[in-house]
Amino acid sequence: MHATEDLAEADRLMRICNACRYCEGLCAVFPAMEKRRSFAQGDLNYLANLCHQCGACYFDCQYAPPHEFAVNVPKTLSKVRSGSYGLYAWPRALAPLFERNGLAIALVAAFSVAAFIFGFAAWTDAGVLFSAHHGEGAFYRIMPHAAMAWLFGAAFLYAVVALVMGFRAFWADIGAGGTRPQGLSVWQAIRDAGRLRYLDGGGVGCMNEDEQPTDMRRHYHHATFYGFLACFASTLTATFFHYAFGWEAPYSWYSLPVVLGTLGGIGLVVGPLGLMRAKKTRDKTMTDTSRFGMDVAFLAMLFAIGATGLLLLFLRATPLMGTLLAVHLGFVFGFFLTMPYGKFVHGLYRFGALVRYAMEERQGYPVPAPKRRAA
Amino acid sequence: MPEPSELFSRSWDVLVAGGGNAALCAAIEAAWSGASVLVVEAAPKFYRGGNTRHTRNLRCAHDEANEVLTGPYPEEELWEDLLRVTGGETDEELARFTIARSKELWDYMNAQGVRFQPSIGGTLSLGRTNAFFLGGGRAMLNALYRRAGRLGVKVVYDAPLTGLEIEDGVFRSATVAHGGRDYRVKAKAFVGAAGGFEANIEWLKEAWGPEAENFLIRGTAYNRGAVLRLLLDAGVKSIGDPRQCHAVAIDARAPKFDGGISTRLDCVVFGIVVNRDGERFYDEGEDFWPKRYAIWGRLVAAQPDQIAYAIIDSRSIDRFMPSIFPPIEAGSLEELAAKLQLDAARLRATIETFNGAVKPGSFDPAALDDCRTEGLSPEKTHWARTISEPPYYAYPLRPGITFTYLGVRVDRNARMIMEGSAPSPNMFAAGEIMAGNVLGKGYLAGIGMTIGAVFGRVAGREAGQHARN
Ligand SMILES: Cc1cc2nc3c(=O)[nH]c(=O)nc-3n(C[C@H](O)[C@H](O)[C@H](O)COP(=O)(O)OP(=O)(O)OC[C@H]3O[C@@H](n4cnc5c(N)ncnc54)[C@H](O)[C@@H]3O)c2cc1C
Ligand code: SF4
Ligand code: SF4
Repeated sequence: MHATEDLAEADRLMRICNACRYCEGLCAVFPAMEKRRSFAQGDLNYLANLCHQCGACYFDCQYAPPHEFAVNVPKTLSKVRSGSYGLYAWPRALAPLFERNGLAIALVAAFSVAAFIFGFAAWTDAGVLFSAHHGEGAFYRIMPHAAMAWLFGAAFLYAVVALVMGFRAFWADIGAGGTRPQGLSVWQAIRDAGRLRYLDGGGVGCMNEDEQPTDMRRHYHHATFYGFLACFASTLTATFFHYAFGWEAPYSWYSLPVVLGTLGGIGLVVGPLGLMRAKKTRDKTMTDTSRFGMDVAFLAMLFAIGATGLLLLFLRATPLMGTLLAVHLGFVFGFFLTMPYGKFVHGLYRFGALVRYAMEERQGYPVPAPKRRAA
Repeated sequence: MPEPSELFSRSWDVLVAGGGNAALCAAIEAAWSGASVLVVEAAPKFYRGGNTRHTRNLRCAHDEANEVLTGPYPEEELWEDLLRVTGGETDEELARFTIARSKELWDYMNAQGVRFQPSIGGTLSLGRTNAFFLGGGRAMLNALYRRAGRLGVKVVYDAPLTGLEIEDGVFRSATVAHGGRDYRVKAKAFVGAAGGFEANIEWLKEAWGPEAENFLIRGTAYNRGAVLRLLLDAGVKSIGDPRQCHAVAIDARAPKFDGGISTRLDCVVFGIVVNRDGERFYDEGEDFWPKRYAIWGRLVAAQPDQIAYAIIDSRSIDRFMPSIFPPIEAGSLEELAAKLQLDAARLRATIETFNGAVKPGSFDPAALDDCRTEGLSPEKTHWARTISEPPYYAYPLRPGITFTYLGVRVDRNARMIMEGSAPSPNMFAAGEIMAGNVLGKGYLAGIGMTIGAVFGRVAGREAGQHARN
């Protein structure tokens, strides 16, 4: 009936949960489940992406293993969730990148970093590359700004297109095709995602090493997510400074791009390290360990971007600047290329699921399709 | 955590037998008062807390609505509800005491770290009278165990109490089996909170006869009544009908033990129920299902082989809470009979007779509607619609035992009363093991947790006090 064992298992569990419903107050997954009586692939992918993997329903479940019903919702939904990413990949031919994702991302990152180092070495005079630079435009003596903007602009644009196409595939798969995300629901989802509302096990915090709930994963995730946003904002403001005012990087320590970049960089160092540690100590019975590579690759990539960015900031007036710039840009470029083919997409699909959930709560299930205006 | 053998060799202020709501409330209260407390739980850690693991809510009186309870539920109203379901089989003093103390439970449970589920828009049908545990009974138990741990309570799992040394109504020591050895554990006071005997099929057979072999036990396999038996044998006064138990009709495909809440079936009122011989035997539409599900356990128990089949057609399949097991589906009555291993001609005759007796009416599951049969024995008095729109669906039913009523007599200090009516100075009881004092018959959703928590707290406090004096 179902395409994969994971989907079949999720279907089995949702039937049990739907007859039990004890967990309905813990998160969005259970109320969404209660609106359905049967679970097609799209329903399961929706529920799986709605799950924040807090673990509460595992420790609260009277049917968890060793009970013969062997209900393990977090583990099963996390398998379905990671399995769903490949389904939506654009172009479809690249879906296999999700299979051995850790390796794929590591290779792209390594090639990208190497390409920048070799590129710099080939096009830039060694004397320029390995000497200290000061003042406006120092970076661009190594790589011309126009080249940087075109290269990264193109990579970013590609990522955006691939992500949008992925999102459309997800939106159609979860049965929302034909409906449009609505303003109020999107705003609700932004608030829920921004606070990680459903990572708190219904209020006690999420389960990590054991049944003692803590909130550390949420804090680390916040550091990572807001760190990422700050870095992104830093790049945007810098680009704006460049084109609008003609101010060239590097900027001073207290300029907006540098402050944002520094805070963001710290977030991207602390957050992924914390998440990595939490991942290692977390009770493995409720997590899907088979996708370890994908998770680690994503965290490592973010960490590398944050750490090299900070190093670049501290050492930008030294002869190391050229090399560090190459490494940093290499990681950022690799990240852009792999965004649609790695753990990054989890945020996108979870956000989509939250929008869908807000719509169902607001408009009932099934969400009515928007009326076409009479021609 | 020290080795169990070392724990068993210490001398304790309070020994608690059991690991559910009643036991933990007693342990927490005793430890809070400064007593040293050892809890011995027969089950392994995962299965700790017997039937409490399977619970959903507790009932408490309150004068005004709060974040969770949607409206006031005065003491008097709870008392009337209790009087109604027990038909007066309740000790008024203890019942009123339970109800008065139930008012404290909301704050008490919150203070122990137990969380409750908000009733969003009044979606929970008992939202006014009952507080629902967020995440269910196991979540609630986890909170109580965390709290007990912080107060220094020691718990040993896989440690059934197997013997009691009692002299003239005074507890001296207990025998506890653990890891293939027997230990003698000494304590100044004893709290028996080890549940009823519903998982002890042999004992159930004494009351019900060999039919009990076919009963399914909805809760834990560890409530075998060993502590209850030891106490009664040692001269503690009993209460409650030894031949009664709370039995509901559940899906026959449920596991023998621990199927819990998800094995319930709510489809009976929408169709007919036939026994192994293809015959109807009771009015399926007598009243709303929540008011009738508890008599269907007995009804099915009285049928040959203790099995029955609820049969509905395609018009009703989406009308009740989805069930954990898929319905048995068939395109024709003959196919259905074959799948259920029933006599096809008999089944067809029963259904055709039923269909012929259905009077026109306007179907309304939310009311005691006027859809009824005429000229049948037994009639179906509400929600009677013909079974005529294939596919047909069937769910097999068996009696599912929730709990037993027999218990030990206690006073309002949770002290066990000995034969001859003297209270024991240092033996206390709480929970299902004494629930019969308050709930002699019938059932009121959520009252089990209430009795356990109220008497657990009293037992813990009194036991702690006794030990320190
Ligand atoms: C499916 C189901 C749903 C229910 N839902 C509700 C509900 O929503 N609300 C409600 O109020 N009530 C409900 N009940 C009833 C409720 O479970 C009981 O009233 C309540 O659990 C009794 O609490 P207790 O602590 O006395 O017993 P239990 O919770 O059953 O605990 C008894 C403990 O004693 C242990 N034990 C047994 N023998 C020994 C021994 N020899 N030595 C040591 N330990 C021993 C057991 O392992 C167990 O841990 C439900 C019952 C079932 C079966
Ligand atoms: S996870 Fe377990 S307790 Fe929670 S709803 Fe599902 S079956 Fe019930
Ligand atoms: S793990 Fe947490 S978020 Fe996921 S279904 Fe369970 S309770 Fe909900």
